[in-house]
Amino acid sequence: MSDQVGTITWISGPVVRARGSRHVGMLELVEVGTERLVGEVIGLKGDQMTIQVYEETAGMQTGAPIYGTGLPLSVELGPGLIQSIYDGVQRPLPLIEEAMGSFIERGARFDPISREKKWKFTPKVKVGDEVKGGAILGVVMETDTFEHRIMLNPDDAGTVTWVAPIGDYTVADTIAKVKVGKEEKSVTMLQRWPVRRARPFVNRRGANIPLITGQRILDTFFPVAKGGAAGIPGPFGSGKTVTQHSIAKWADAEVIVYIGCGERGNEMTEVLQEFPHLVDPRTGRPLMERTVLIANTSNMPVAAREASIYTGITIAEYYRDMGYHVALMADSTSRWAEALREVSGRLEEMPAEEGYPAYLAGRLAEFYERAGYVDNLNGTHGSVSIVGAVSPPGGDFSEPVTQHTKRYIRCFWALDKSLASARHFPAINWLDSYSEYLEDVGAWWREKVGKDWLTMRNRAMELLSEESRLSQIVKLVGPDALPYTERMVLETTRLIREGILQQNATEAVDAYSSVEKQIRLLELVLYFHERGMAIVKHGAPINLIHDLPVVDTIIRAKSTVTNEEMHKFDDIQKQIDEQMSQLDAEYRS
Amino acid sequence: MSEVTVQGGQEVVGVSRIEGPIVVVEGASNVSYDEVVEIQDSRGQLRRGRVLEVGEGFAVIQVFAGSTGLSIDGTRVRFLGTTLHIPVAEEMLGRIFDGLGTPLDGGPEPLTDRYMDVNGRPINPTARIYPRDYIQTGISTIDGVNTLLRGQKLPLFSGAGMPHDQLAAQIVRQATLGKVAGAPQTEGEDFAIVFAAMGVKNDVADYFRRSFTESGALTRVAMFLNLADDPPVERIVTPRAALTLAEYLAYEREMHVLVVLTDMTNYGEALRQISNVRGEVPSRKGYPGYLYSDLASMYERTGRIRTSKGSITQIPILTMPNDDITHPMPDLTGYITEGQIVLGRELNFAGIYPPVAVLPSLSRLMKDGIGKNRTRDDHPRWGAQLYAAYAKTQDVRALASVIGEEELSEVDQKYLKFGRAFEREFVNQSFTENRTIERTLEIGWKLLSMLPKKELTRVTLDEIAIYYKGDDAAN
Ligand SMILES: Nc1ncnc2c1ncn2[C@@H]1O[C@H](COP(=O)(O)OP(=O)(O)O)[C@@H](O)[C@H]1O
Ligand SMILES: [Mg+2]
Repeated sequence: MSDQVGTITWISGPVVRARGSRHVGMLELVEVGTERLVGEVIGLKGDQMTIQVYEETAGMQTGAPIYGTGLPLSVELGPGLIQSIYDGVQRPLPLIEEAMGSFIERGARFDPISREKKWKFTPKVKVGDEVKGGAILGVVMETDTFEHRIMLNPDDAGTVTWVAPIGDYTVADTIAKVKVGKEEKSVTMLQRWPVRRARPFVNRRGANIPLITGQRILDTFFPVAKGGAAGIPGPFGSGKTVTQHSIAKWADAEVIVYIGCGERGNEMTEVLQEFPHLVDPRTGRPLMERTVLIANTSNMPVAAREASIYTGITIAEYYRDMGYHVALMADSTSRWAEALREVSGRLEEMPAEEGYPAYLAGRLAEFYERAGYVDNLNGTHGSVSIVGAVSPPGGDFSEPVTQHTKRYIRCFWALDKSLASARHFPAINWLDSYSEYLEDVGAWWREKVGKDWLTMRNRAMELLSEESRLSQIVKLVGPDALPYTERMVLETTRLIREGILQQNATEAVDAYSSVEKQIRLLELVLYFHERGMAIVKHGAPINLIHDLPVVDTIIRAKSTVTNEEMHKFDDIQKQIDEQMSQLDAEYRS
Repeated sequence: MSEVTVQGGQEVVGVSRIEGPIVVVEGASNVSYDEVVEIQDSRGQLRRGRVLEVGEGFAVIQVFAGSTGLSIDGTRVRFLGTTLHIPVAEEMLGRIFDGLGTPLDGGPEPLTDRYMDVNGRPINPTARIYPRDYIQTGISTIDGVNTLLRGQKLPLFSGAGMPHDQLAAQIVRQATLGKVAGAPQTEGEDFAIVFAAMGVKNDVADYFRRSFTESGALTRVAMFLNLADDPPVERIVTPRAALTLAEYLAYEREMHVLVVLTDMTNYGEALRQISNVRGEVPSRKGYPGYLYSDLASMYERTGRIRTSKGSITQIPILTMPNDDITHPMPDLTGYITEGQIVLGRELNFAGIYPPVAVLPSLSRLMKDGIGKNRTRDDHPRWGAQLYAAYAKTQDVRALASVIGEEELSEVDQKYLKFGRAFEREFVNQSFTENRTIERTLEIGWKLLSMLPKKELTRVTLDEIAIYYKGDDAAN
């Protein structure tokens, strides 16, 4: 498989230089040193090559060999990806543990996808069919409920000359033969795809279906569309990971790709231990059965961290190509950018801002461009939505990664340290965040939920910005100086903040809100506001409204009323009516 | 220890460049990246170093003891053919070592044939056990609202002159495996403490030694000391040596190991110094771009794994330069660790001990170790309520400073009272006071009872019915 193509001349951390063949390709996968560690050629100059190594280089010597593979860094795609957990270059972590124990040793080599496991293949084409790249040749059930569609490699096309009958096959078995030009190609259920090359599609569709996450501040206030890209920046401890986990749990995508990129080992363990026990509300199956995990934690080799993002997005695109909605979480893209910086620094490249290489922005753009809702080569359509966490140093959003990310995303969920300190979670600041998908997804709400969501949402935002203006005044003169109508705004925004925006990810009832529940809560709060406003305009003192028992009921509704008990909101509305009417009557008399 | 396990190795006489703690050697072949070297100065004195970069015919070496006294021609460098290893053994408990793991207490080298690479290896995330067992430290601001779990890394962010050492010593002294509220305490399990000092004064190390002696734990403690007047570069190895022993004790001897590292800020400075001498492209404040990964390679050595009953819990101490939490050391630490306990200057001035600034403090794992069947059912919501109320107190204080206390609404006045009582009765406790979790919960409820029921929207109505003791008639 591999010939020696060079000899190591220099080693510094994850970067080595070697001298040798001029035929080694840029971005070619190579094997480095006598232990044959995995590396990738990232620079060529004459007979000099620069290689980033995906494993720890301690103990490696100059003079050691480099072996070429002739292939770019690629992932294996096929049935068996779902429920897997891989490192950044798709090494299966459970097999590494089985072979090496609790600690990751160097030189691990395992097939990312099992060659032994048999899948029941059902063909979807017949002999004589003309098939194009991406064509669905057959299907297997990857889990009890998930249909994995076996596709022809996007780069191939031809006539089917043979197709396997229904039966059990491994990913290595031929399941079809396709005549491409004069040549007959055997097709298996396994594909390899270079991670740095986006998988092709026909064209982009408009992103106008929201990715429903069950998180009120996201779905109701700052929605991301299926095929869209969102960024979630925040200082440490502000809730990036909890939010990403919540989305991974509850988003209405068919496949979740979760990339733990340079973050904690325990957080990946948490997903591994929790997801098999959580039930997907749509399929009734464990959440793990729609999840692929990539874990390249902060203590794992830094170059593999850089690759992890590409490994993840390529897997996501593969499922998109089958016609599925895929949501990808990357926690944290800053650690990926730092990996770029570290490698760049060792290459002594000219740094741009804060030591990051000048191509940082370009790489971020390439990554977020791989999100999209598209028409696939095979006539299906599917999407990849990206949610990238950003970890700005010192929580300062003016730093390069946050700033460049903002250029390529259309949805910005700004986490706020002071909200997190007050245990207002999710600590997403409603004044600093934005979504550019609002208009796009409005029609969906009207059709699917039958409510004028956007008007209500904008009304609530108006009240919240009014609150921010009023609280500036309150800070100077105290609340008593405000007229009752303005204090009524503050009463309502308290209900919005505590009753809607705050959502406890750790509490069973509150963790996931159906869109129906979300919109009904909002409707109730706005109704409370209209009624209250009418009464204070008649001169009723604000404290009487503040003291209405229904205030407490509304604030608690998010965790006392389940998604299935929508009728209870009608009771609450009745309580608003009764208590407000009584107050109104009392006051007028 | 250096004389054990390594044989021969090639030797080069003379170096080509000396700059700060870095020397460059030419003419050596087959040098390994990260290999340990032994350096002999012209008077025959030995010191150790490590290869930071290798090229064709040259190697860049970091000298742990610094380069003072080394000369271009009179220096011999012997390459030992292995990365830095230290001996590990249970008998190392009760002993004191220098920053590289050599005995300082006059005792013999640990008798063992087990040597481990100080760099450790990454724990496979699939091999971890997610931490769930809470440690009762007897300190309300920790147990109550920033609960520490076994296998957690929870740093103390402090500042010069604040009592972080006392707090760390109190945690170490009082820590027991927590129980559900009301359940009796059980006997302690096999535990050990690994203490590493980086660049702190001798009296700090002494303080901890006395404290371990007084609590009778000294025989269970291994100390690795690199003090203020010890070579700064050695500091890069000190926490790693300590963690290497901790890993051995936790994962091979099944002990529960508490690791205290102080002061990580000094560690960071040593790393920065080397980076600067090498002319690396800095990121923030002159720290190298790989500071995050470097710190993670130590902090992530905390945890539990499925093949051992033992655990490593880490309490790194950092003094924040200028009390600035956004400084790269606390900042990157906070990004890696599972929360942080922040000490506050103002509380310290006000004579509150421990001066834990509750709002910026966090235990990320708390949610997984408290509540029903762990501490008490109401604990998570009670904690969120205390946070929310205390955060509100800060707003009220700001308002009071503008319009005056008398002008505050009745409810806001109650918040002011709550805030004061919270600091004096909940945060404040004596250095020897060891509160049970029940006591902590009780104090919290007593304070929450100072507020009107309507304000308590984080706890359930049932919890209010059971625990609320206020005279608030509303509702
Ligand atoms: N939606 C939420 N509900 C409850 N707690 C939350 C929520 N979001 C964040 N938290 C709390 O904040 C802590 C820090 O959140 P985390 O996501 O780990 O922060 P980050 O990834 O930004 O550093 C969590 O451990 C949890 O206690
Ligand atoms: Mg996080």
